[in-house]
Amino acid sequence: MGNTALSENLVDRHAIGITPANDDDSGYESLVKTSPQQEHHLDVLIHGAHCAACIQSIEGAVMRQPGVLQARLNFSARRLSITWQGPTDLARNFVRSLREAGYGIQPYTPSTERAALAKEERFLLLCLGVAGFAMGNIMLLSFALWTTSQETMGLATRDFFHWISALIALPTILFSGRPFFRSAVQALSYGRTNMDVPISVGVVLACGMSLFETLNHGEHAYFDSAVMLLFFLLVGRTLDFRARQNARSAATDLLSTLTGFATIIDNGHIRRVAIQSITPGTRIRVAAGEKFPVDGRISDGHTDIDTSLITGESLPRAHKPGDLVYAGTINMGAPVQVTALQTAENTLLADIVRLMEKAGQSQALYVRLADRAAQLYTPVVHTLAALAFVFWWSVMGMAWQPALMIASTVLIITCPCALALAVPVAQVLAIGEMMKKGLLVKTGDALERLAQIDTVLMDKTGTLTLGKPQMITPSESIEPKLLQLGASLASHSTHPLSRALCEFYQGPLLPLEDVCESSGQGLSANYDGKLLQLGSRAWCGDSNAPAHSALEIWIRFSDQTPCALHFEDMLRPDAASTIAALKKKKLRVVLLTGDRRSTAEAMAACAGLQEVHADMTPAQKYHFLENLRAQGRKILMVGDGLNDAPVLAAADVSIAPGTALDVAQNAADIVFMGTHLQSVDQAHTTACITQKLVKENFALSIIYNILAIPLAIAGYVTPLLAALAMSGSSLLVIANSFRIRWIR
Amino acid sequence: MSVLLFMIPLALLLGLVGLAAFIWSLKSGQYEDLEGAANRILLDDEARSDKDNAV
Repeated sequence: MGNTALSENLVDRHAIGITPANDDDSGYESLVKTSPQQEHHLDVLIHGAHCAACIQSIEGAVMRQPGVLQARLNFSARRLSITWQGPTDLARNFVRSLREAGYGIQPYTPSTERAALAKEERFLLLCLGVAGFAMGNIMLLSFALWTTSQETMGLATRDFFHWISALIALPTILFSGRPFFRSAVQALSYGRTNMDVPISVGVVLACGMSLFETLNHGEHAYFDSAVMLLFFLLVGRTLDFRARQNARSAATDLLSTLTGFATIIDNGHIRRVAIQSITPGTRIRVAAGEKFPVDGRISDGHTDIDTSLITGESLPRAHKPGDLVYAGTINMGAPVQVTALQTAENTLLADIVRLMEKAGQSQALYVRLADRAAQLYTPVVHTLAALAFVFWWSVMGMAWQPALMIASTVLIITCPCALALAVPVAQVLAIGEMMKKGLLVKTGDALERLAQIDTVLMDKTGTLTLGKPQMITPSESIEPKLLQLGASLASHSTHPLSRALCEFYQGPLLPLEDVCESSGQGLSANYDGKLLQLGSRAWCGDSNAPAHSALEIWIRFSDQTPCALHFEDMLRPDAASTIAALKKKKLRVVLLTGDRRSTAEAMAACAGLQEVHADMTPAQKYHFLENLRAQGRKILMVGDGLNDAPVLAAADVSIAPGTALDVAQNAADIVFMGTHLQSVDQAHTTACITQKLVKENFALSIIYNILAIPLAIAGYVTPLLAALAMSGSSLLVIANSFRIRWIR
Repeated sequence: MSVLLFMIPLALLLGLVGLAAFIWSLKSGQYEDLEGAANRILLDDEARSDKDNAV
């Protein structure tokens, strides 16, 4: 082979690496919407935006293009909206420049579920705003009523103030009370009761009685209490909604990785088609760097395939014609032709999606602490109010109106303001605290579930370990020149072992000629006119050398003796201490891995783990978890791969490292940033503290009720007392929740 | 007490103005990206202002 042929090969490979991305970008044009004013609009999802600088560089990358009118990134939703004038195919340029700026792009398909959530949050905020306005204005009048005696004020003025209060309060209750009324009616129609039932009854009764009192020139009207109640409850509801909003929607996100385009060969013609239209038997061309669109069999070509998505294995494996390939795995080596065996809906990846959907359903069965409290609370409070009415009316011989008034003050004063705030305030504050420590908590009740676990399942690769091989051969044992040559050659490859070698070697690199990659074997090049090779033992190593348990690559230069370099996926530095800390909390820690038994056991021994289950497929992992759950175990799963995703979704609660695949991150309840496994222990500790605070909050609001109920039943509760008690108990609960910042 | 006839409507009116402003900000999507808004404080807006004005 001549030199020119080799270098052409390199250029060719390089070109292949870039083309598929551009081809794919043409698909975005079909998503462009055009307004009657000839303005085009495109929404895309951005991955990898973390900070203010990201916002600027993302918007900047698009704004610099000609014709762009607006580019705005919604940071929370990771959605970039672009508006521009001119040709629609500019979309391709936008996507390319965003990719060049280093961000991942995906087509944005508005999910109806997410739109509904956004609408719901807006609705709650609107109700909260209206209730806040009404509360402020009624309080203004109420202060006059509370502080002035009837003699100074006069009957007419008092009635006037009551009427204005009613005028503000009644429409507000009708408007802002809807979230509670709706859910109460829904619960009752299923024959159940929830927290919203006593709330609705209390608010409606308070308003009704106050209106009646106002009509009869009565002394007390509770419009202020009713609206204040609604305001505090809405604060709790909105916080709660915030804390729960990012519930995991892993399965749908995973399916979106299966959308896109593939190159097929149809009667000798090459076409780009949507992945969904591929049928079994279709011949597909997969370029280097591209994902395999469906499960299939290689019909032509040799290549290395990165199967980490399915197996969690970090090293690409060599594949030859006749070998099976799976959708979602990435072709790392040379272009190949594949015959499709399945449609896109029947791939292994789609099976995993189905497992995850199943897992999501079992998740929904969890009953939150607040809801369990409500189930107890409702009957107790309503019975008390009814008893108070019966007592005053039949036993004490009071007229029915004042007796009903007393019964409704019981309902008002016991109305679960503090109870409704007890959980969300503590959780929202805890989530904020954890965010500062690099822990992203997606839903508030994840903390509740995390505090209850008794078993921890750990994945090995990428969770217990760093997920990428590190060189373990000491540099003293290699000849420096050989190491330098090896690293120079390795810098031409994206193979994980080559990258590890480059990371290990910090010195200057040498210029090489005619670099060439032989798929599944290694790299070769010319240096000083002599052959330099870096690759497998069979290709350029010493086949008689003793075997080593670690991964190896060999360097051979000219006719010198070849030298072996060994690599291992290292444990995270704090893996052992984290596991010790978890065990100290009496948690059962289990290692689950798809890797070989020998490697898994060696690794577990280093980390101080006794229970190891190796050679597990995604389905086996899932069934292992189901078995544990059937035994009544509460499980935390820590994992990072697609093979872990169903287990992450099915576990009672799950944590993924920030280096995990998007799918795994989406499936997990908590994501930790940085390399410290210690975060898992930290998350558990914070969750336990939060749970303790929540219970204290419950205790506080129950103590408050125990004090307030006798007063209400005795008929001593005035509107002023109700307002003080309600805001007092709510503030107490909020203040207690803030202790999360000091407790260690 | 005649001052009440003047002050109470005025108080209510001010409250309503506040409420209207809140509803406007909600409808115009200002609460949709609180995280992003918090980050945007840190951005220099000179670079983008001329284009924004052009819109």
